[in-house]
Amino acid sequence: MTLLTVERDSPQHRRLKLAGFALLALAAVLVPFFFGPFRVSQFTLALIYAIAVLGLNLLVGYSGQISLGHGAFFALGAYTGAILLDKTGVPHLLTIPAAAAVCFLAGLALGLPALRLRGLYLALVTLAIAIATPVLIKRFDGLTGGSQGIAVPQPTAPEALGLANDQFLYFLTLVVAAPVFWLAAGMVRRDVGRALIAMRDDETAAKTMGVHLASFKTRAFGLSAAYAGIAGALFVFANGFVAPESFTLVVSFSFLAAVVVGGLATVAGALFGALFIVFVPVWSSDVNEALSGVIYGATLIVCMYVFRSGIMGLMRSAFARLVEVKGSTTGRIDDEVDKVAVADAGDRAGAGAGSVRP
Amino acid sequence: MERFVQLVIDGIAIGSIYGALALALVLIFRSTGIVNFSQGEMAMFSTFIAWGLVEGGLPLGVALLLAFVLSFVGGMAVERVLIRPVEGADQLTILIVTLGLFILINSAAGWIWGFENRSFPRALPGGTADVGGIRVAYESLGIVAVLLAVSGLLFLLFQRTKLGLAMRAAAANPASSRLVGISVGRTLMIGWGLAALLGALAGVLVAPQLFLDVNLMGGVLVYSFAAATLGGFDSPKGAIIGGWTIGVAETLAGDYIDFIGSDLTILVPLAIIFVVLLVRPNGLFGSPEVVRA
Repeated sequence: MTLLTVERDSPQHRRLKLAGFALLALAAVLVPFFFGPFRVSQFTLALIYAIAVLGLNLLVGYSGQISLGHGAFFALGAYTGAILLDKTGVPHLLTIPAAAAVCFLAGLALGLPALRLRGLYLALVTLAIAIATPVLIKRFDGLTGGSQGIAVPQPTAPEALGLANDQFLYFLTLVVAAPVFWLAAGMVRRDVGRALIAMRDDETAAKTMGVHLASFKTRAFGLSAAYAGIAGALFVFANGFVAPESFTLVVSFSFLAAVVVGGLATVAGALFGALFIVFVPVWSSDVNEALSGVIYGATLIVCMYVFRSGIMGLMRSAFARLVEVKGSTTGRIDDEVDKVAVADAGDRAGAGAGSVRP
Repeated sequence: MERFVQLVIDGIAIGSIYGALALALVLIFRSTGIVNFSQGEMAMFSTFIAWGLVEGGLPLGVALLLAFVLSFVGGMAVERVLIRPVEGADQLTILIVTLGLFILINSAAGWIWGFENRSFPRALPGGTADVGGIRVAYESLGIVAVLLAVSGLLFLLFQRTKLGLAMRAAAANPASSRLVGISVGRTLMIGWGLAALLGALAGVLVAPQLFLDVNLMGGVLVYSFAAATLGGFDSPKGAIIGGWTIGVAETLAGDYIDFIGSDLTILVPLAIIFVVLLVRPNGLFGSPEVVRA
């Protein structure tokens, strides 16, 4: 029983979508005024993670390349920012593009060998990188401060805004996150997104359709790493401190868990996934410090069995029960892309690039 | 020179442990095409079970035996309950499930046994033999002997028994195997059980050398991945030779290359994985991957 039936792309449908967006934006803006400073800083952290998770989702969910090492790019971005702030004293905001650029280049560099390392081999290499990251950070202690880490000044709220520091940090993160999400959302529903998905689902077919595999794969890697780098630079703002312990394998695994829980091949899912990896450890550590890991692990497995499309998939099907959208999607790909991405993942059993079965 | 020989022997000993876990990875990969990321954590869990039994007052030998049996059963249960539903699914799905298992087992072990270090009793005799100025630990010799014995047994199982034949058939062609009456599901379960047992063996061999904690096998897993990659993911022989190569490369690099030292040895398997995959993706003894477009 649906409450409402709308024609696709009718003014009513558009208003509905706009209302949804407005609601989300309103919620995002109101958060720092309704919670205490500590909670607000957790929401800030969730927004930061969301950027990295979105980057990882572009890579894993859309382009089908698996990375277990995004914690390494996150660390690279964070250290780029921290070292710049520590040694040169550049304004805070400049560290964000710097971290993004460094990580973009590092991502491209890893994307090149990744062209030959498919599927699980790529997973192996990136896993090894994630494990090596904290060790390497400690090794280059002249630059990174070793296990002591680097403490840097956090950005402070200008008096004119009348905001507390935690609120200011939240809005600063939101101001960076919003265009980053907007960019990704636009990209995945246009030709780039279609090329990535085509490549993921069937490399040969994609090539036949004129998708330049090498270029798309490496650029996806670079962009994904740049997102993680931006998140890393913001993490330095929020934390005021970087140390090797913040960039263990757990970070990489959490990001992947967030991608899956939020929903593979969705943009907004990154937000939910990030909230999940911020608040599950917060709440579960009261019971036992191991509980969050148990929940992560179990959720990953359950997601793969029961709801492959994660929280976004659940929300979409709930929404579909309430509002029926009539009309064809021909000529419009934005909704279709999501559908294909999710539906296909299920019955893509061993097809195309994914197959290693001897 | 003496130091060099000693390092090589140490490398072969530690490499035998990597080889054992790599063998477990290969066993599962050959039969199901799955790279089990949770193999190391399963081994860690088995080692904790053995430790718990010893703490509970059982003699070491009995505890190990019991832990091996439990690991075998546990491995079969994991295949039947968790892996079977995603059999034949795409790689990402399987990868995420085994990663989920990795995190789940790691945290579950932390919950049950805590996160602190524990010392694990040695099953092999201590002491060293002096051969022409080179001191060789009996433990090193023991580890190599155990690995060789186990691979011999596995060879006999696969080549000389009906069960082994069925397992090879099921791996080569599941559909035809079903038609001639082989229970493919059962052979898969046994394969996972054997892999878990091998992992448990690697765990109890490595635990006395490191300290037993929930991250016991994290590093070992990477080395074993490197061993399996180097040897070829579908070659048992490759797993063992790969394990030895990685072990020797690790001890030599740690000793002779100042930059690497004792804390950056993790870069050795990383570099080897990288180079092998770029130069010879099927490894030394693996068969080429055939993809039907």
